[in-house]
Amino acid sequence: MLHKRNIITLLAGTMLVGAISIPALAQERVQAVATFSIIGDLVGQIGGERVDVTTLVGPDGDGHVYSPSPADARRLAEGDVVFTNGLLYEGWIDRLIASSGTQAPVVVVAENIDAIPDGGHGDAHDDHDHGHDHDDHGHSHDDHGHDHDDHGHSHDDHGHDHDDHGHSHDDHGHDHDDHGHSHDDHGHDHDDHLHGEFDPHAWQDVGNVKVYVANIRDALIAHDPAGSDIYSANAEAYIGELAALDAEILEAVAALPKGALVITSHDAFRYFTHAYGLEFDAPLGTSTEVEATARDVARLIETIRANDIGAVFAESLTDARLIEQIAREADVPVAGTLYSDALSPPDGPAGTYIDMMRHNISLISEGLGS
Amino acid sequence: MFDALIGPFIQFDFMRRSLFGALVLALGAGPVGVFLMLRRMSLTGDAMAHAILPGAAIGFLIAGLSLPAMTLGGLTAGIVVAVLSGLVTRYTVLKEDASLAAFYLLSLALGVTIVSLRGSSVDLMHVLFGSVLALDDAALILIAGITSVTLLILAATYRGLVMECVDPVYLRSVARIGTPLHLVFLGLVVLNLVGGFQALGTLLAVGLMMLPAATARFWSADVTMMVVIAVATGMLSGMGGLLLSYHHGLPAGPAIILVAGIAYLISLFLGRESGLIRAALPRRHLEA
Repeated sequence: MLHKRNIITLLAGTMLVGAISIPALAQERVQAVATFSIIGDLVGQIGGERVDVTTLVGPDGDGHVYSPSPADARRLAEGDVVFTNGLLYEGWIDRLIASSGTQAPVVVVAENIDAIPDGGHGDAHDDHDHGHDHDDHGHSHDDHGHDHDDHGHSHDDHGHDHDDHGHSHDDHGHDHDDHGHSHDDHGHDHDDHLHGEFDPHAWQDVGNVKVYVANIRDALIAHDPAGSDIYSANAEAYIGELAALDAEILEAVAALPKGALVITSHDAFRYFTHAYGLEFDAPLGTSTEVEATARDVARLIETIRANDIGAVFAESLTDARLIEQIAREADVPVAGTLYSDALSPPDGPAGTYIDMMRHNISLISEGLGS
Repeated sequence: MFDALIGPFIQFDFMRRSLFGALVLALGAGPVGVFLMLRRMSLTGDAMAHAILPGAAIGFLIAGLSLPAMTLGGLTAGIVVAVLSGLVTRYTVLKEDASLAAFYLLSLALGVTIVSLRGSSVDLMHVLFGSVLALDDAALILIAGITSVTLLILAATYRGLVMECVDPVYLRSVARIGTPLHLVFLGLVVLNLVGGFQALGTLLAVGLMMLPAATARFWSADVTMMVVIAVATGMLSGMGGLLLSYHHGLPAGPAIILVAGIAYLISLFLGRESGLIRAALPRRHLEA
């Protein structure tokens, strides 16, 4: 009896060792799993050659409402690191991670950003402050950039830190203190952020994506310390590109006529408004899963007429019929399709995060420019 | 008062389109709902709503996000399920509810499989479903066409349909049209459901078919009268729901069905035919 049990234990032990060692031998590149296309692009940018990125919700897929397949669970189980946006954007991910039994660390890339409360649809319009906000914001943005530059400098130390830290994930909070002032303040209530009701579309503010990138870099370094230099260099270069993008968007928004208003299908651009001062309005709220009301549609039509707005915009993941109806009645053109929640396929206009933001802002400039 | 009731429809083109869509839909769905109810098939609409998924998915695979292709596909799948379950009911021991459940579940599973194999996470139901606030010319023409076809077929088969409801065994003994009639009728159900999805945007489309019919039953025992009451209830629900959505910011599709539901609840208590309050006071009937 005892003997038999020993054999079984031995067998199980051998199998366990096998299960661990086989992937380690077969895969030299880090297997990263990203929940949707935008996160996938960012992880690919930082990981470069050392990382294979698998994206669960592909281009033109809606991360709000997704029904995962067993293949997705397998991808999670086989992944080394899992990247999610957080802020409850992917409502389905926690259950999928639990059921997949993956041992991979789950990285919430929106950690430590300034999350905007998801204050319902109506509220968003009340606290619209036009020109003012905008200028202030420009400032805070520069600061933002600075912080990050500092960050870039102290980078090598950072990498070292990480090597010392090794695998312990808990120490992450620590490292983040170095990131600059603004983030320290948020370290505390950050738990609330991730579990509360917040607007998850944080990537519409390029400043937030710089934080995303830092989080992704740290996670990759924690998993694969040998690639530390590469990840740091990639992140630094990419943050440089983001800074240029940030400036480009600010400039384009400043060039728009005063009181410009972007009317689109669903309310996914609050972070954009917060960061760049450009106002958005939409018949649907932050989720794609709600139904429009006649009152909101009527209000939008009247807004377009009253403010002499030149165009409205469709959105890639949302049924365009409602916005077309609004355009028809207000007698303005639909100036094109904005990408908010997912990238387009690689050959489309928004194949990467940076292309997506450029595509959106140039479309808005064309549509609303005088 | 006039302003509150009529103003929104005068002021906004999209409100007129929504109202037109709802009224036309009520005209076709009302009588279909009455016959469904009289055949004790009130849940058929719900089952059918799921049965159209694989057709819509195949339409999507062939033509991409093309509304006509997906509508046509959904229509085809719904009619196939309706006809198959109708045939099984007529020629085997299985009753209508069981055979329909079997086929619609088969169809639903097939649909989910097709969608998943393609690996696309586009929510097909979202695409197939329009919104009552976003009815464009194509959607209005579709709804108007469906209602016209429905009314023509109902007019041509009315006597047979009534007889089938009252005494299907008798009809079968004197004529052989019972089974084809049943299948044509199921086709009408699917047709009106697809139209309803275009207009109401959710599975609630079934509500505009069944709630007015159930309401009508409390006011009359006569089939023709029931049809008239059901159509009127559906139309008033459409208008009332749109006004609620306009004045109080309720989502438009659900608001229409809620109004129809309130009409049903009121009739449940006050209805002339076995309404709860009337039933509690039986003497009045005797005096009259």
